[in-house]
Amino acid sequence: MQGSGINVLFLGRNFARLLEGLWVTMRISIIAVLLSIPLGILFGMFMTLRHPVAKAVSRVYLEFIRIMPQLVLLFIAYFGVTRAFGWNWSADFSAVLVFTLWGTAEMGDLVRGALQSIPRHQYDSAAALGMTKWQTFIYIIVPQTLRRLLPPTINLTTRMIKTTSLVVLIGITEVLKVGKQIIDVNRFVYPTASLWVYGAVFVLYFLACWPISVLARQLEKRWR
Amino acid sequence: MATENTIQLEVSGLRKTFGNDIILNGVDLTVRKGEVVVILGSSGCGKSTLLRCINGLEPTDGGSIRIDGEEVTSGGRNLTQLRQKIGMVFQSYDLFPHKNILDNVTLAPVKVQKRTKDDAREEAEQLLRRVGLWEKRKAYPRELSGGQKQRVAIVRALCMNPEIMLFDEVTAALDPEMVREVLDVMLELAEGGMTMLIVTHEMQFARAVADRIVFLDEGKILENLPAETFFTNPKTQRAKDFLQTFEFRKETS
Repeated sequence: MQGSGINVLFLGRNFARLLEGLWVTMRISIIAVLLSIPLGILFGMFMTLRHPVAKAVSRVYLEFIRIMPQLVLLFIAYFGVTRAFGWNWSADFSAVLVFTLWGTAEMGDLVRGALQSIPRHQYDSAAALGMTKWQTFIYIIVPQTLRRLLPPTINLTTRMIKTTSLVVLIGITEVLKVGKQIIDVNRFVYPTASLWVYGAVFVLYFLACWPISVLARQLEKRWR
Repeated sequence: MATENTIQLEVSGLRKTFGNDIILNGVDLTVRKGEVVVILGSSGCGKSTLLRCINGLEPTDGGSIRIDGEEVTSGGRNLTQLRQKIGMVFQSYDLFPHKNILDNVTLAPVKVQKRTKDDAREEAEQLLRRVGLWEKRKAYPRELSGGQKQRVAIVRALCMNPEIMLFDEVTAALDPEMVREVLDVMLELAEGGMTMLIVTHEMQFARAVADRIVFLDEGKILENLPAETFFTNPKTQRAKDFLQTFEFRKETS
């Protein structure tokens, strides 16, 4: 007997399992984002240093992370490191590590760009008012930088959430994998299940990322 | 207009280079309390650099700058203290875009001079009213015209109660019809007895406001004369040529 694919979503624990899968996705990305933002801010400040060693180090790190596909980084962290050093990192840890390293690099470059986009004159006029370097940074530079950073940071966050679908390849069962399992199990009874399950996954991703966009738009309006 | 004789600013043998370019080559200048000195000279003669050095925004390569007898050039921890005695207004206004007009004006008095918010606000109100911009206190810089922004920038500097004001081509970026409102504010300040050092290309204004004209050429002071004397009877050919560039006469043959 063949039924409409939509029923698959409500069979047994299917929907709950999808939500659990979404939670796996969200947990990895939320931890990685929460670590990446502060680390990226520090890294971005580090990148603006004029010291040649600081420049070289940050350049190499940024280029390495950027050039390597995230999938390769995941394989290195999960399989490679075990092979090479015998450190047995769990898949979750490897995933969080890789996404944090990636997020830090990307966030760092955003912060560097935002810091350097503040006109030289802002520093001068703050200095002319007798502000110390620290006061200038806290009252003048940081608030302006944050405003400029908001849109690209939101973009990065949603990109990180979406890219976590790669972790399935190091054996983590996240939302997309759960969806695939459900489709496979019901292949013969509900041939159209894939449309509905993938549709549900799409909606779940949307629900995860949409509030972040809304929040960002609100903040932007308030800070305008 | 210089009623008192105390020396407020003393520059001696000031040198400044950028790489191989000598910008200031031994500048000596004394400004007394209440004096209004206008620095003239063609582009690139070092006028702006001189002002920036006086405020410690540029490291110098020799000579000394003293404000009330205190060395500016030594830099370091006294510098921020010293800068509170010097107000500076720039060509590009440089208001803080994320703060409204009132906060732009009161930020430094509160954070740097540690005055109370009420105290700073009160003085800001007085000053903003004087330049006719109190109604704009809640506006953000982007909502103001260039002339209004520049008046706010002047008020922002004044609110620190400086002893000397430096003006670096403050009307150069303005539309012609907005120049007047800014110059009027400066004229009023000069009449109030503020010690001022002004870099400008507005010759008529210079003549009206200045007690003394300093003519700078290739990093050196060529003339240092009472304003009227400079405009009517400059000593050097270089200064004559410079003034000539501002004259327009219809050739009749």
